Amino acid sequence: MSEYIEHDPRGESVGRVTRRFFTFAESFEKMILENGVPFGPVTIAYETCGTLNPDRTNVILVLHALTGDSHMAGVYSPEDAKPGWWDSMIGPGKGIDTNRFFVICSNIMGGCMGSTGPSSLNPETGKPYGTDFPVLTIGDMVRAQKKLMEHLGITRILSVVGGSLGGMQVLEWCVRYPEMVRSAIPLATTTKHSALAIAFNEVARQAIMADPNWCNGHYYSGRKPDLGLAVARMIGHITYLSDESMRQKFGRRLQDQSDFSYGFKADFQVESYLRYQGSKFVERFDANSFLYITKAADYFDLEQQHGGGSPVKAFSGVPAKFLVISFTSDWLYPTYQSRTMVKAMKKNGIDVSFCEIEANCGHDAFLLPNERLTNLIRGFLEGVFHDIGS
Amino acid sequence: MISEAENTRYDLGIIASWIQPQSRVLGLGCGEGELLHYLKTHKKVKETGIEIKEERVRTCIEKGLSVLQGDINEEILDYPDDYFDYVILSQTLQQVYEPESLICAMMKIGKKGIVSFPNFCHWRIRMQLLFSGNVPVTRELPYEWYDTPNIRVLSIKDFRKFTTKLKFGILKEAAIVLRDGNRNGDIVKHYPNLFATYGIFMIGKGKSAK
Repeated sequence: MSEYIEHDPRGESVGRVTRRFFTFAESFEKMILENGVPFGPVTIAYETCGTLNPDRTNVILVLHALTGDSHMAGVYSPEDAKPGWWDSMIGPGKGIDTNRFFVICSNIMGGCMGSTGPSSLNPETGKPYGTDFPVLTIGDMVRAQKKLMEHLGITRILSVVGGSLGGMQVLEWCVRYPEMVRSAIPLATTTKHSALAIAFNEVARQAIMADPNWCNGHYYSGRKPDLGLAVARMIGHITYLSDESMRQKFGRRLQDQSDFSYGFKADFQVESYLRYQGSKFVERFDANSFLYITKAADYFDLEQQHGGGSPVKAFSGVPAKFLVISFTSDWLYPTYQSRTMVKAMKKNGIDVSFCEIEANCGHDAFLLPNERLTNLIRGFLEGVFHDIGS
Repeated sequence: MISEAENTRYDLGIIASWIQPQSRVLGLGCGEGELLHYLKTHKKVKETGIEIKEERVRTCIEKGLSVLQGDINEEILDYPDDYFDYVILSQTLQQVYEPESLICAMMKIGKKGIVSFPNFCHWRIRMQLLFSGNVPVTRELPYEWYDTPNIRVLSIKDFRKFTTKLKFGILKEAAIVLRDGNRNGDIVKHYPNLFATYGIFMIGKGKSAK
């Protein structure tokens, strides 16, 4: 996911929020990961907005994409230059209305935004895990989030919402914990990566691992593989845009010059933009986390893991009501992938709505402020909330 | 104050009156979901709609309806047999490329089908053809030959013949004329094929349904 965060033009905001932490799987009760490895302790960073109602029926769990974090909306302090990554959607009177709902956003395990990941200290060595960190799956991330819900005393979730990698977690939640999830909104996502998506991830990982500073993942005491990570980010960025949006945004315009430099500096605006995005990204993200999370996304195959290869079987017995949304110019997770999951849901008699939103900004469309998307989500959530009341 | 019931289109009101409360209903080409919303609020049905236009789909979902964006001919294939109590094709049959396969698909996934369409053998249409020599343009079918989405024209009599051919039985039928901007109307008892502007049918499986 890219960063488009700006303060709400109307000044609507959840205001100040606090990042919190929850730790489990300490000492004897380690978490058994899907690859069979016992692991612990696990810390999960999370944030909440809104108020939990007395009967605990207004919980919305928001799940973030590859490079997101628990900071979904609001600010940590009034001086913050930017609010959380989905501030346009979450807040008082917004699509996910914090006047009505208690919204939780959990950071993913394996990340570098406060949850346990490869840059965390390994208690056995006192040094960062690096590549000694176990390879995780989307299932592991969701199981850790389930522990967080237990910790918060939440047994039913009104809606699980997320786009891209967050959408994979949404789907995993629905099939893994069907009794907990009343409804779900998977946005711009898929039940499994296509070869195209795996290919881009692999090129991005190769860029990191080819950086001499990577040192097999044990770089925390020295220079970091910033160049590799920046290139990985540049590759990712291209897949989040579309031909149309790049033509509109950059075309062949030159950066601060009227003619070619006949050298290898960033002549074109698009080059300059990608370099800037890459260099900005390395300040906040860990290269190993990028490797682990993209690998988890590539391994994700809901159909194989929960349906023996059948998408229909994967969704059998899922009682949740769904709103599936795709975007016309998303070529990373194209509409046909959303249609596949919708078809499987229909065959199971699942109550599902589906909308393909016309948008020319590619995969990133789910993150950009969009009134059509906001109204869809608002209407759907109101309907679900109303249904449980009646 | 006019209640929603009084404000609903007369033909949709008739369809609604045929539907058992709390049943499972599929609306094909459901538009902005007027009928489905009425059925959901007044009959507590479990509704699903299929609509191809994004804007209309969004309107439906914003109302809290469960609606899928897609082509009815394809989307109808994915449901279990007899999954719906009623499958409704309201004012859409005249735009369907393959009516036979669509109606058969409707009756596969639904226990009953409800079909409504404009009657192309209304006396005014007959008169237009006879006296003006042009292809008729009416309130019910307000398009010229070159811009009409209505690729098929049929009469009430034609539809009856069609159900017999497909071996479906007619469970209920209403021949109506609409007035007052479609909010009101009358049942046509005599010579419906001549005097009704719309036909509405409920069909069931098996010839002896009626």
